[in-house]
Amino acid sequence: MINRLVLENLKHRKLRTALSALSIGFQVTMILSVVGLSQGMLNDSINRAKGVGADIWVKPPGASVIGLSGASMPQKVLRFFQAQPHITHAVGTVIQPYAGISSVSGIDYKEFVGLSGNFRFLQGGPFQTQDELIVDQWYAEQSKARVGDMVTILNHKWRICGVVEPGKLGRLFVPMARLQELTNNQDKLSQILLKVDDPKNTQSIIANLKKIEELDGYSIYSIEEFVSMFSFNNVPGLRAFIWVIIGLSIVIGFLVVSLTMYTTVLERTREIGILKALGASPVNILNILVRETALLAIAGWLAGIVISFGANWAINHFVHSNLQSEITPDWWPTTFAIAMAASLLGAVYPGLRAARLDAIEALSYE
Amino acid sequence: MSEPIIRIQDLKKIYRTGDVDVAALRGVSLDVAKGDFVSIVGPSGSGKSTLFHILGGLAAPTSGSIFIDGEDLMALSDSGRTNLRRRKVGFVFQKYNLLPTLTAMGNIEMARYFSENAAPLDQGFGALLTRLGIQDRLDHKPRAMSGGEQQRVAIARALVNQPAILLADEPTGNLDTENSEKVLGVLRDLNERLGQTILMITHNPEAAAYGHRTVHMRDGRIVRES
Repeated sequence: MINRLVLENLKHRKLRTALSALSIGFQVTMILSVVGLSQGMLNDSINRAKGVGADIWVKPPGASVIGLSGASMPQKVLRFFQAQPHITHAVGTVIQPYAGISSVSGIDYKEFVGLSGNFRFLQGGPFQTQDELIVDQWYAEQSKARVGDMVTILNHKWRICGVVEPGKLGRLFVPMARLQELTNNQDKLSQILLKVDDPKNTQSIIANLKKIEELDGYSIYSIEEFVSMFSFNNVPGLRAFIWVIIGLSIVIGFLVVSLTMYTTVLERTREIGILKALGASPVNILNILVRETALLAIAGWLAGIVISFGANWAINHFVHSNLQSEITPDWWPTTFAIAMAASLLGAVYPGLRAARLDAIEALSYE
Repeated sequence: MSEPIIRIQDLKKIYRTGDVDVAALRGVSLDVAKGDFVSIVGPSGSGKSTLFHILGGLAAPTSGSIFIDGEDLMALSDSGRTNLRRRKVGFVFQKYNLLPTLTAMGNIEMARYFSENAAPLDQGFGALLTRLGIQDRLDHKPRAMSGGEQQRVAIARALVNQPAILLADEPTGNLDTENSEKVLGVLRDLNERLGQTILMITHNPEAAAYGHRTVHMRDGRIVRES
Protein backbone atom coordinates (compact mmCIF):
# COMPACT_ATOMS: atom_id res chain seq x y z
CA MET A 1 0.00 0.00 0.00
CA ILE A 2 2.83 2.37 0.87
CA ASN A 3 4.55 1.51 -2.40
CA ARG A 4 1.37 2.35 -4.30
CA LEU A 5 1.17 5.70 -2.51
CA VAL A 6 4.83 6.40 -3.28
CA LEU A 7 4.38 5.56 -6.97
CA GLU A 8 1.23 7.63 -7.24
CA ASN A 9 2.96 10.55 -5.52
CA LEU A 10 5.83 10.39 -8.00
CA LYS A 11 3.41 10.08 -10.94
CA HIS A 12 1.35 12.98 -9.62
CA ARG A 13 4.21 15.42 -10.20
CA LYS A 14 5.67 13.94 -13.36
CA LEU A 15 7.77 16.92 -14.40
CA ARG A 16 9.34 17.37 -10.98
CA THR A 17 9.99 13.64 -10.73
CA ALA A 18 11.58 13.61 -14.18
CA LEU A 19 13.74 16.66 -13.49
CA SER A 20 14.87 15.30 -10.12
CA ALA A 21 15.74 11.93 -11.64
CA LEU A 22 17.59 13.65 -14.48
CA SER A 23 19.56 15.75 -12.02
CA ILE A 24 20.63 12.62 -10.19
CA GLY A 25 21.26 11.04 -13.58
CA PHE A 26 23.68 13.77 -14.62
CA GLN A 27 25.61 13.28 -11.40
CA VAL A 28 25.96 9.59 -12.32
CA THR A 29 26.87 10.50 -15.89
CA MET A 30 29.51 12.93 -14.66
CA ILE A 31 31.28 10.16 -12.76
CA LEU A 32 30.86 7.55 -15.49
CA SER A 33 32.11 9.96 -18.15
CA VAL A 34 35.22 10.94 -16.21
CA VAL A 35 36.03 7.31 -15.44
CA GLY A 36 35.14 6.24 -18.99
CA LEU A 37 37.38 8.95 -20.42
CA SER A 38 40.25 8.08 -18.11
CA GLN A 39 39.97 4.39 -18.86
CA GLY A 40 39.42 4.99 -22.57
CA MET A 41 42.47 7.21 -22.91
CA LEU A 42 44.66 4.88 -20.88
CA ASN A 43 43.54 1.87 -22.93
CA ASP A 44 44.11 3.79 -26.14
CA SER A 45 47.65 4.55 -24.97
CA ILE A 46 48.16 0.87 -24.14
CA ASN A 47 46.87 -0.21 -27.55
CA ARG A 48 49.13 2.26 -29.33
CA ALA A 49 52.14 1.17 -27.26
CA LYS A 50 51.44 -2.50 -27.99
CA GLY A 51 50.82 -1.69 -31.63
CA VAL A 52 54.42 -0.58 -32.08
CA GLY A 53 55.64 -4.14 -31.71
CA ALA A 54 58.67 -3.30 -29.54
CA ASP A 55 59.67 -5.69 -26.75
CA ILE A 56 61.55 -3.12 -24.65
CA TRP A 57 61.01 0.62 -24.12
CA VAL A 58 63.83 2.85 -22.97
CA LYS A 59 63.11 6.28 -21.47
CA PRO A 60 65.74 8.87 -20.56
CA PRO A 61 66.53 9.63 -16.91
CA GLY A 62 63.78 11.58 -15.23
CA ALA A 63 61.19 11.03 -17.98
CA SER A 64 57.65 10.13 -17.06
CA VAL A 65 56.20 6.96 -18.52
CA ILE A 66 52.87 8.54 -19.30
CA GLY A 67 53.50 12.25 -19.36
CA LEU A 68 54.42 14.00 -22.56
CA SER A 69 57.96 15.24 -22.60
CA GLY A 70 60.31 16.47 -25.30
CA ALA A 71 63.48 14.82 -26.52
CA SER A 72 66.32 14.66 -24.00
CA MET A 73 68.22 11.48 -24.81
CA PRO A 74 71.35 11.69 -26.98
CA GLN A 75 70.76 10.02 -30.31
CA LYS A 76 74.16 8.37 -30.17
CA VAL A 77 72.81 6.05 -27.45
CA LEU A 78 70.90 4.39 -30.23
CA ARG A 79 74.10 2.97 -31.68
CA PHE A 80 75.00 1.61 -28.25
CA PHE A 81 71.72 -0.32 -28.03
CA GLN A 82 72.04 -1.53 -31.62
CA ALA A 83 75.33 -3.08 -30.66
CA GLN A 84 73.95 -5.06 -27.72
CA PRO A 85 73.49 -8.83 -28.08
CA HIS A 86 69.99 -10.25 -28.85
CA ILE A 87 68.69 -6.85 -29.94
CA THR A 88 67.55 -6.98 -33.55
CA HIS A 89 66.10 -3.46 -33.85
CA ALA A 90 66.75 -0.25 -31.91
CA VAL A 91 64.63 2.65 -33.09
CA GLY A 92 64.56 6.14 -31.66
CA THR A 93 61.52 8.40 -31.75
CA VAL A 94 60.83 11.98 -30.78
CA ILE A 95 57.52 12.80 -29.12
CA GLN A 96 56.68 16.47 -29.18
CA PRO A 97 53.63 17.73 -27.27
CA TYR A 98 51.53 20.47 -28.85
CA ALA A 99 48.09 21.98 -28.29
CA GLY A 100 47.45 20.63 -24.82
CA ILE A 101 47.29 16.86 -24.68
CA SER A 102 48.08 16.21 -28.34
CA SER A 103 51.48 15.16 -29.58
CA VAL A 104 53.31 14.57 -32.82
CA SER A 105 55.75 11.69 -33.24
CA GLY A 106 58.97 12.08 -35.13
CA ILE A 107 60.07 8.80 -36.74
CA ASP A 108 62.71 7.55 -39.06
CA TYR A 109 60.16 5.95 -41.40
CA LYS A 110 62.35 3.12 -42.66
CA GLU A 111 63.68 2.20 -39.22
CA PHE A 112 60.25 2.45 -37.63
CA VAL A 113 58.44 0.19 -40.10
CA GLY A 114 61.41 -2.16 -39.89
CA LEU A 115 60.60 -2.66 -36.22
CA SER A 116 56.86 -2.21 -36.28
CA GLY A 117 55.84 -3.49 -39.69
CA ASN A 118 54.29 -1.38 -42.39
CA PHE A 119 51.57 1.14 -41.70
CA ARG A 120 48.21 0.19 -43.22
CA PHE A 121 47.52 3.16 -45.45
CA LEU A 122 43.88 4.05 -46.04
CA GLN A 123 44.91 6.95 -48.26
CA GLY A 124 48.22 8.09 -49.70
CA GLY A 125 51.60 6.65 -48.69
CA PRO A 126 54.91 7.22 -46.86
CA PHE A 127 56.80 10.53 -46.62
CA GLN A 128 58.22 11.78 -49.91
CA THR A 129 59.69 14.96 -48.41
CA GLN A 130 60.78 16.16 -44.98
CA ASP A 131 57.68 18.37 -44.63
CA GLU A 132 55.03 15.73 -44.89
CA LEU A 133 52.71 14.36 -42.29
CA ILE A 134 51.08 10.97 -41.82
CA VAL A 135 47.86 11.06 -39.77
CA ASP A 136 45.75 8.26 -38.39
CA GLN A 137 42.12 7.64 -39.33
CA TRP A 138 40.68 9.14 -36.11
CA TYR A 139 42.55 12.40 -36.61
CA ALA A 140 41.54 12.49 -40.29
CA GLU A 141 37.87 11.91 -39.45
CA GLN A 142 37.77 14.44 -36.62
CA SER A 143 39.65 17.09 -38.58
CA LYS A 144 38.05 16.15 -41.90
CA ALA A 145 41.58 15.98 -43.25
CA ARG A 146 42.58 14.32 -46.54
CA VAL A 147 45.79 13.58 -48.33
CA GLY A 148 47.14 16.76 -49.88
CA ASP A 149 45.71 19.04 -47.20
CA MET A 150 48.10 21.41 -45.47
CA VAL A 151 48.21 21.39 -41.65
CA THR A 152 50.07 23.80 -39.40
CA ILE A 153 51.70 22.15 -36.40
CA LEU A 154 54.45 23.73 -34.28
CA ASN A 155 54.25 26.81 -36.53
CA HIS A 156 55.24 24.71 -39.50
CA LYS A 157 53.16 23.82 -42.53
CA TRP A 158 52.96 20.11 -43.25
CA ARG A 159 51.35 18.38 -46.21
CA ILE A 160 49.36 15.30 -45.35
CA CYS A 161 50.84 12.45 -47.38
CA GLY A 162 49.00 9.50 -45.87
CA VAL A 163 46.12 8.39 -43.67
CA VAL A 164 46.78 5.18 -41.72
CA GLU A 165 44.84 2.85 -39.49
CA PRO A 166 45.10 3.91 -35.84
CA GLY A 167 46.93 1.91 -33.17
CA LYS A 168 50.64 2.59 -33.63
CA LEU A 169 52.53 4.87 -31.26
CA GLY A 170 50.72 8.14 -32.05
CA ARG A 171 48.23 9.89 -34.28
CA LEU A 172 50.54 12.21 -36.20
CA PHE A 173 53.89 11.22 -37.66
CA VAL A 174 56.49 13.46 -39.23
CA PRO A 175 60.09 12.84 -40.28
CA MET A 176 62.19 12.76 -37.11
CA ALA A 177 65.02 14.92 -38.41
CA ARG A 178 62.65 17.77 -39.33
CA LEU A 179 60.93 17.57 -35.94
CA GLN A 180 64.30 17.62 -34.13
CA GLU A 181 65.29 20.65 -36.17
CA LEU A 182 62.00 22.50 -35.53
CA THR A 183 62.20 21.89 -31.79
CA ASN A 184 65.93 22.55 -31.47
CA ASN A 185 66.48 18.97 -30.41
CA GLN A 186 69.02 17.97 -33.01
CA ASP A 187 70.45 14.54 -32.15
CA LYS A 188 68.06 14.10 -29.26
CA LEU A 189 65.48 11.36 -28.76
CA SER A 190 62.43 10.99 -26.48
CA GLN A 191 62.52 7.21 -26.30
CA ILE A 192 64.11 4.16 -27.79
CA LEU A 193 62.15 1.09 -28.85
CA LEU A 194 63.94 -2.25 -28.89
CA LYS A 195 63.01 -5.52 -30.50
CA VAL A 196 64.76 -8.67 -29.36
CA ASP A 197 65.55 -11.89 -31.17
CA ASP A 198 63.37 -13.98 -28.84
CA PRO A 199 60.78 -12.37 -26.55
CA LYS A 200 61.50 -15.08 -23.97
CA ASN A 201 64.88 -13.40 -23.44
CA THR A 202 63.37 -9.99 -22.73
CA GLN A 203 63.79 -10.06 -18.94
CA SER A 204 67.38 -11.30 -19.05
CA ILE A 205 68.25 -8.68 -21.68
CA ILE A 206 66.72 -5.95 -19.50
CA ALA A 207 68.64 -7.26 -16.49
CA ASN A 208 71.89 -7.10 -18.45
CA LEU A 209 71.14 -3.60 -19.76
CA LYS A 210 70.46 -2.36 -16.25
CA LYS A 211 73.88 -3.56 -15.14
CA ILE A 212 75.59 -1.26 -17.65
CA GLU A 213 77.01 1.75 -15.84
CA GLU A 214 76.47 4.16 -18.73
CA LEU A 215 72.74 3.43 -18.64
CA ASP A 216 72.43 4.33 -14.98
CA GLY A 217 69.22 6.33 -14.49
CA TYR A 218 67.61 5.18 -17.75
CA SER A 219 64.20 3.58 -17.39
CA ILE A 220 64.08 0.25 -19.20
CA TYR A 221 60.80 -1.61 -19.37
CA SER A 222 59.46 -4.70 -21.03
CA ILE A 223 56.31 -3.95 -22.99
CA GLU A 224 54.28 -5.73 -20.26
CA GLU A 225 55.82 -3.52 -17.55
CA PHE A 226 55.40 -0.46 -19.71
CA VAL A 227 51.68 -0.89 -20.39
CA SER A 228 50.99 -1.94 -16.79
CA MET A 229 51.95 1.60 -15.81
CA PHE A 230 49.04 3.04 -17.77
CA SER A 231 46.73 2.91 -14.78
CA PHE A 232 44.75 5.38 -12.66
CA ASN A 233 47.46 5.25 -10.01
CA ASN A 234 50.27 6.22 -12.38
CA VAL A 235 48.64 9.27 -13.90
CA PRO A 236 49.53 12.14 -11.58
CA GLY A 237 46.40 13.53 -9.92
CA LEU A 238 43.95 11.35 -11.85
CA ARG A 239 42.69 9.42 -8.84
CA ALA A 240 42.40 12.65 -6.85
CA PHE A 241 40.55 14.23 -9.79
CA ILE A 242 38.07 11.34 -9.87
CA TRP A 243 37.55 11.69 -6.12
CA VAL A 244 36.88 15.39 -6.57
CA ILE A 245 34.28 14.59 -9.25
CA ILE A 246 32.69 11.98 -6.95
CA GLY A 247 32.65 14.50 -4.10
CA LEU A 248 31.03 17.13 -6.30
CA SER A 249 28.49 14.58 -7.49
CA ILE A 250 27.55 13.71 -3.94
CA VAL A 251 27.11 17.39 -3.09
CA ILE A 252 25.01 18.01 -6.22
CA GLY A 253 22.88 14.91 -5.58
CA PHE A 254 22.44 15.91 -1.96
CA LEU A 255 21.36 19.44 -2.86
CA VAL A 256 19.00 18.34 -5.63
CA VAL A 257 17.24 15.73 -3.52
CA SER A 258 17.23 17.95 -0.47
CA LEU A 259 15.52 20.73 -2.41
CA THR A 260 13.12 18.35 -4.12
CA MET A 261 12.11 16.65 -0.89
CA TYR A 262 11.89 19.90 0.99
CA THR A 263 9.45 21.34 -1.54
CA THR A 264 7.63 18.01 -1.58
CA VAL A 265 7.14 18.14 2.17
CA LEU A 266 5.99 21.75 2.01
CA GLU A 267 3.57 20.99 -0.79
CA ARG A 268 2.25 17.88 0.89
CA THR A 269 2.03 19.23 4.41
CA ARG A 270 -1.72 18.74 4.43
CA GLU A 271 -1.40 15.20 3.08
CA ILE A 272 1.08 14.40 5.81
CA GLY A 273 -1.51 15.66 8.30
CA ILE A 274 -4.12 13.38 6.70
CA LEU A 275 -1.78 10.41 6.94
CA LYS A 276 -1.17 11.18 10.60
CA ALA A 277 -4.91 11.41 11.22
CA LEU A 278 -5.25 7.99 9.62
CA GLY A 279 -2.73 6.62 12.09
CA ALA A 280 0.61 7.06 10.33
CA SER A 281 3.50 7.22 12.80
CA PRO A 282 6.54 9.45 12.27
CA VAL A 283 8.39 6.34 11.12
CA ASN A 284 5.66 5.67 8.53
CA ILE A 285 6.00 9.23 7.19
CA LEU A 286 9.79 8.97 7.04
CA ASN A 287 9.44 5.60 5.37
CA ILE A 288 7.27 7.07 2.61
CA LEU A 289 9.77 9.85 1.87
CA VAL A 290 12.73 7.48 1.99
CA ARG A 291 11.03 5.17 -0.49
CA GLU A 292 10.25 8.09 -2.80
CA THR A 293 13.86 9.18 -2.57
CA ALA A 294 15.15 5.68 -3.22
CA LEU A 295 12.95 5.37 -6.29
CA LEU A 296 14.17 8.75 -7.55
CA ALA A 297 17.76 7.62 -6.99
CA ILE A 298 17.18 4.35 -8.88
CA ALA A 299 15.45 6.16 -11.75
CA GLY A 300 18.22 8.77 -11.77
CA TRP A 301 20.90 6.11 -11.74
CA LEU A 302 19.33 4.30 -14.70
CA ALA A 303 18.95 7.62 -16.52
CA GLY A 304 22.60 8.38 -15.75
CA ILE A 305 23.74 5.12 -17.31
CA VAL A 306 21.66 5.77 -20.43
CA ILE A 307 23.01 9.32 -20.69
CA SER A 308 26.56 8.03 -20.22
CA PHE A 309 26.08 5.87 -23.34
CA GLY A 310 25.13 9.04 -25.19
CA ALA A 311 28.12 10.94 -23.80
CA ASN A 312 30.40 8.04 -24.70
CA TRP A 313 29.06 7.98 -28.28
CA ALA A 314 29.39 11.76 -28.61
CA ILE A 315 33.00 11.79 -27.39
CA ASN A 316 34.03 8.91 -29.62
CA HIS A 317 32.12 10.34 -32.58
CA PHE A 318 33.09 13.99 -32.47
CA VAL A 319 36.48 14.18 -30.73
CA HIS A 320 37.82 10.68 -31.08
CA SER A 321 41.27 11.88 -31.97
CA ASN A 322 41.73 13.91 -28.78
CA LEU A 323 39.58 11.96 -26.34
CA GLN A 324 38.68 8.31 -26.11
CA SER A 325 35.87 7.10 -23.92
CA GLU A 326 34.73 3.67 -22.77
CA ILE A 327 31.61 2.33 -21.13
CA THR A 328 32.59 1.22 -17.63
CA PRO A 329 30.02 -1.24 -16.26
CA ASP A 330 32.33 -2.07 -13.35
CA TRP A 331 31.63 1.45 -12.04
CA TRP A 332 27.83 1.09 -12.21
CA PRO A 333 27.51 -0.40 -8.70
CA THR A 334 29.73 2.39 -7.33
CA THR A 335 27.65 5.11 -8.96
CA PHE A 336 24.49 3.39 -7.68
CA ALA A 337 25.86 3.55 -4.14
CA ILE A 338 26.90 7.20 -4.62
CA ALA A 339 23.52 8.24 -6.08
CA MET A 340 21.63 6.39 -3.35
CA ALA A 341 23.81 7.71 -0.52
CA ALA A 342 23.68 11.32 -1.74
CA SER A 343 19.92 11.12 -2.27
CA LEU A 344 19.19 9.56 1.10
CA LEU A 345 21.41 12.14 2.79
CA GLY A 346 19.45 14.82 0.99
CA ALA A 347 16.17 13.33 2.23
CA VAL A 348 17.20 13.25 5.89
CA TYR A 349 16.26 16.80 6.87
CA PRO A 350 13.02 17.07 4.86
CA GLY A 351 12.07 13.57 6.04
CA LEU A 352 12.63 14.36 9.70
CA ARG A 353 10.80 17.64 9.29
CA ALA A 354 7.82 15.80 7.80
CA ALA A 355 7.90 13.12 10.49
CA ARG A 356 7.87 15.76 13.22
CA LEU A 357 5.06 17.85 11.73
CA ASP A 358 2.23 18.53 14.13
CA ALA A 359 -0.85 16.76 12.77
CA ILE A 360 -3.24 19.59 13.66
CA GLU A 361 -1.06 22.27 12.08
CA ALA A 362 -0.50 20.08 9.04
CA LEU A 363 -4.24 19.50 8.59
CA SER A 364 -4.93 23.23 8.71
CA TYR A 365 -2.15 23.98 6.18
CA GLU A 366 -3.48 25.74 3.06
CA MET B 1 -27.31 3.53 31.00
CA SER B 2 -24.38 1.23 30.16
CA GLU B 3 -20.74 2.26 30.70
CA PRO B 4 -20.15 5.33 28.50
CA ILE B 5 -17.85 4.84 25.50
CA ILE B 6 -16.50 8.35 26.13
CA ARG B 7 -16.04 9.60 29.68
CA ILE B 8 -14.57 13.07 30.16
CA GLN B 9 -14.07 14.63 33.60
CA ASP B 10 -12.83 18.17 34.21
CA LEU B 11 -10.76 18.16 31.01
CA LYS B 12 -8.43 21.10 30.56
CA LYS B 13 -6.17 22.03 27.70
CA ILE B 14 -3.73 24.89 27.89
CA TYR B 15 -1.72 25.98 24.86
CA ARG B 16 1.41 27.99 25.32
CA THR B 17 1.90 30.62 22.65
CA GLY B 18 5.17 32.42 23.29
CA ASP B 19 5.17 33.29 26.97
CA VAL B 20 1.40 33.30 27.25
CA ASP B 21 -0.77 30.38 28.35
CA VAL B 22 -4.08 30.13 26.53
CA ALA B 23 -6.76 27.96 28.08
CA ALA B 24 -8.68 26.28 25.25
CA LEU B 25 -10.63 23.92 27.53
CA ARG B 26 -11.40 25.02 31.06
CA GLY B 27 -12.88 21.92 32.67
CA VAL B 28 -15.08 19.95 30.32
CA SER B 29 -17.05 16.98 31.59
CA LEU B 30 -19.06 14.85 29.20
CA ASP B 31 -20.29 11.27 28.98
CA VAL B 32 -21.23 9.74 25.66
CA ALA B 33 -22.96 6.38 25.55
CA LYS B 34 -22.18 3.78 22.93
CA GLY B 35 -24.44 4.37 19.95
CA ASP B 36 -25.04 8.00 20.81
CA PHE B 37 -25.05 10.75 18.15
CA VAL B 38 -23.90 13.97 19.80
CA SER B 39 -23.72 17.35 18.09
CA ILE B 40 -21.31 19.88 19.53
CA VAL B 41 -22.03 23.48 18.71
CA GLY B 42 -20.47 26.73 19.73
CA PRO B 43 -18.89 29.89 18.36
CA SER B 44 -15.31 30.10 17.16
CA GLY B 45 -12.91 29.83 20.08
CA SER B 46 -15.39 27.92 22.21
CA GLY B 47 -13.04 24.94 22.43
CA LYS B 48 -15.04 22.48 20.34
CA SER B 49 -12.18 21.91 17.87
CA THR B 50 -9.73 21.39 20.74
CA LEU B 51 -12.09 18.82 22.22
CA PHE B 52 -12.29 17.17 18.77
CA HIS B 53 -8.48 17.04 18.51
CA ILE B 54 -8.08 15.55 21.98
CA LEU B 55 -10.80 12.96 21.41
CA GLY B 56 -9.12 12.04 18.14
CA GLY B 57 -5.70 11.64 19.70
CA LEU B 58 -4.29 14.53 17.64
CA ALA B 59 -3.46 16.57 20.76
CA ALA B 60 -2.60 15.66 24.33
CA PRO B 61 -4.83 16.89 27.17
CA THR B 62 -3.29 19.02 29.90
CA SER B 63 -5.28 17.75 32.92
CA GLY B 64 -8.46 15.99 33.90
CA SER B 65 -9.43 12.55 32.78
CA ILE B 66 -10.62 11.24 29.45
CA PHE B 67 -11.41 7.66 28.49
CA ILE B 68 -12.42 6.33 25.09
CA ASP B 69 -13.65 2.76 24.97
CA GLY B 70 -11.81 2.11 28.23
CA GLU B 71 -8.53 3.66 27.05
CA ASP B 72 -7.08 6.35 29.31
CA LEU B 73 -5.94 9.16 26.99
CA MET B 74 -4.10 10.93 29.80
CA ALA B 75 -1.71 8.00 29.99
CA LEU B 76 -1.02 7.79 26.25
CA SER B 77 2.31 8.72 24.70
CA ASP B 78 2.59 10.01 21.12
CA SER B 79 2.77 6.47 19.81
CA GLY B 80 -0.17 5.51 22.02
CA ARG B 81 -2.23 8.29 20.46
CA THR B 82 -1.11 7.10 17.00
CA ASN B 83 -2.50 3.65 17.88
CA LEU B 84 -5.71 5.26 19.13
CA ARG B 85 -6.16 6.97 15.74
CA ARG B 86 -5.51 3.69 13.97
CA ARG B 87 -8.06 1.59 15.84
CA LYS B 88 -10.58 3.55 17.86
CA VAL B 89 -11.25 6.79 16.01
CA GLY B 90 -12.45 7.65 12.54
CA PHE B 91 -12.25 11.23 11.22
CA VAL B 92 -14.48 13.09 8.81
CA PHE B 93 -13.26 16.61 8.03
CA GLN B 94 -14.92 19.67 6.57
CA LYS B 95 -12.51 19.66 3.61
CA TYR B 96 -12.85 15.89 3.07
CA ASN B 97 -9.07 15.46 3.33
CA LEU B 98 -8.76 12.62 0.89
CA LEU B 99 -5.27 11.83 -0.35
CA PRO B 100 -5.36 13.36 -3.86
CA THR B 101 -2.98 10.90 -5.49
CA LEU B 102 -4.97 7.81 -4.51
CA THR B 103 -8.33 6.58 -5.73
CA ALA B 104 -11.32 6.39 -3.39
CA MET B 105 -10.52 2.74 -2.70
CA GLY B 106 -6.83 3.62 -2.26
CA ASN B 107 -7.83 6.11 0.43
CA ILE B 108 -9.93 3.50 2.19
CA GLU B 109 -7.18 0.89 1.94
CA MET B 110 -4.63 3.33 3.33
CA ALA B 111 -6.63 3.66 6.54
CA ARG B 112 -6.88 -0.13 6.62
CA TYR B 113 -3.12 -0.44 6.11
CA PHE B 114 -2.24 1.77 9.07
CA SER B 115 -4.60 -0.18 11.33
CA GLU B 116 -2.53 -3.27 10.42
CA ASN B 117 -5.72 -5.11 9.62
CA ALA B 118 -4.77 -7.53 6.86
CA ALA B 119 -8.18 -9.20 6.63
CA PRO B 120 -10.06 -8.59 3.38
CA LEU B 121 -12.96 -6.16 3.50
CA ASP B 122 -16.10 -8.00 4.55
CA GLN B 123 -19.56 -8.01 3.02
CA GLY B 124 -20.75 -5.60 5.67
CA PHE B 125 -18.35 -2.98 4.41
CA GLY B 126 -19.48 -3.65 0.85
CA ALA B 127 -23.03 -2.99 1.99
CA LEU B 128 -21.88 0.22 3.64
CA LEU B 129 -20.33 1.39 0.36
CA THR B 130 -23.62 0.67 -1.36
CA ARG B 131 -25.49 2.58 1.32
CA LEU B 132 -23.09 5.49 0.85
CA GLY B 133 -23.71 5.33 -2.91
CA ILE B 134 -20.03 5.28 -3.85
CA GLN B 135 -19.60 1.67 -4.95
CA ASP B 136 -19.27 2.82 -8.58
CA ARG B 137 -16.82 5.60 -7.74
CA LEU B 138 -14.14 3.59 -5.99
CA ASP B 139 -11.69 3.71 -8.90
CA HIS B 140 -11.91 7.47 -9.19
CA LYS B 141 -9.49 9.94 -7.73
CA PRO B 142 -10.83 12.78 -5.58
CA ARG B 143 -10.50 15.37 -8.35
CA ALA B 144 -12.99 13.37 -10.42
CA MET B 145 -15.61 13.31 -7.67
CA SER B 146 -18.12 15.86 -6.41
CA GLY B 147 -17.80 17.28 -2.89
CA GLY B 148 -20.65 15.09 -1.68
CA GLU B 149 -19.03 11.98 -3.12
CA GLN B 150 -15.69 12.88 -1.60
CA GLN B 151 -17.28 13.33 1.79
CA ARG B 152 -19.02 9.97 1.54
CA VAL B 153 -15.69 8.36 0.63
CA ALA B 154 -14.21 10.08 3.68
CA ILE B 155 -16.99 8.54 5.80
CA ALA B 156 -16.27 5.09 4.35
CA ARG B 157 -12.56 5.59 5.07
CA ALA B 158 -13.35 6.66 8.64
CA LEU B 159 -15.44 3.55 9.23
CA VAL B 160 -13.32 0.90 7.52
CA ASN B 161 -11.59 -0.04 10.76
CA GLN B 162 -14.89 -0.14 12.71
CA PRO B 163 -13.82 2.60 15.12
CA ALA B 164 -15.36 3.06 18.53
CA ILE B 165 -16.24 6.65 17.67
CA LEU B 166 -16.66 8.64 14.48
CA LEU B 167 -15.56 12.25 14.82
CA ALA B 168 -17.01 14.60 12.23
CA ASP B 169 -15.75 18.19 12.08
CA GLU B 170 -18.20 20.38 10.16
CA PRO B 171 -18.86 17.52 7.70
CA THR B 172 -21.30 19.63 5.68
CA GLY B 173 -19.35 22.88 5.85
CA ASN B 174 -18.25 22.69 2.20
CA LEU B 175 -21.40 21.13 0.77
CA ASP B 176 -24.53 22.52 -0.81
CA THR B 177 -27.90 21.87 0.82
CA GLU B 178 -28.69 18.74 -1.18
CA ASN B 179 -25.36 17.10 -0.50
CA SER B 180 -25.42 18.26 3.12
CA GLU B 181 -28.73 16.47 3.63
CA LYS B 182 -27.35 13.35 1.97
CA VAL B 183 -24.27 13.28 4.19
CA LEU B 184 -26.21 14.00 7.37
CA GLY B 185 -28.74 11.35 6.37
CA VAL B 186 -25.90 8.87 5.92
CA LEU B 187 -24.50 9.71 9.36
CA ARG B 188 -27.88 9.27 11.02
CA ASP B 189 -28.42 6.04 9.10
CA LEU B 190 -25.05 4.71 10.24
CA ASN B 191 -25.90 5.63 13.78
CA GLU B 192 -29.33 4.05 13.69
CA ARG B 193 -28.56 0.89 11.69
CA LEU B 194 -25.05 0.11 12.91
CA GLY B 195 -25.12 1.77 16.29
CA GLN B 196 -22.08 3.84 15.33
CA THR B 197 -21.19 6.39 18.03
CA ILE B 198 -20.83 9.81 16.39
CA LEU B 199 -19.63 13.18 17.66
CA MET B 200 -20.23 15.96 15.18
CA ILE B 201 -19.01 19.53 15.42
CA THR B 202 -21.16 21.99 13.53
CA HIS B 203 -22.15 25.62 13.32
CA ASN B 204 -25.39 24.74 11.62
CA PRO B 205 -28.40 24.25 13.94
CA GLU B 206 -30.19 22.22 11.26
CA ALA B 207 -27.24 19.85 11.04
CA ALA B 208 -27.02 19.69 14.85
CA ALA B 209 -30.64 18.58 14.94
CA TYR B 210 -29.65 15.28 13.32
CA GLY B 211 -27.99 14.25 16.60
CA HIS B 212 -29.72 12.75 19.62
CA ARG B 213 -28.48 15.58 21.75
CA THR B 214 -26.61 18.82 21.29
CA VAL B 215 -23.81 20.05 23.54
CA HIS B 216 -23.30 23.83 23.53
CA MET B 217 -19.80 25.11 24.23
CA ARG B 218 -18.52 28.58 24.99
CA ASP B 219 -15.16 29.84 26.30
CA GLY B 220 -13.77 26.36 26.79
CA ARG B 221 -16.71 25.02 28.76
CA ILE B 222 -19.94 23.13 28.15
CA VAL B 223 -22.64 25.65 28.95
CA ARG B 224 -25.73 23.75 28.01
CA GLU B 225 -27.12 20.49 26.66
CA SER B 226 -30.30 20.09 24.71
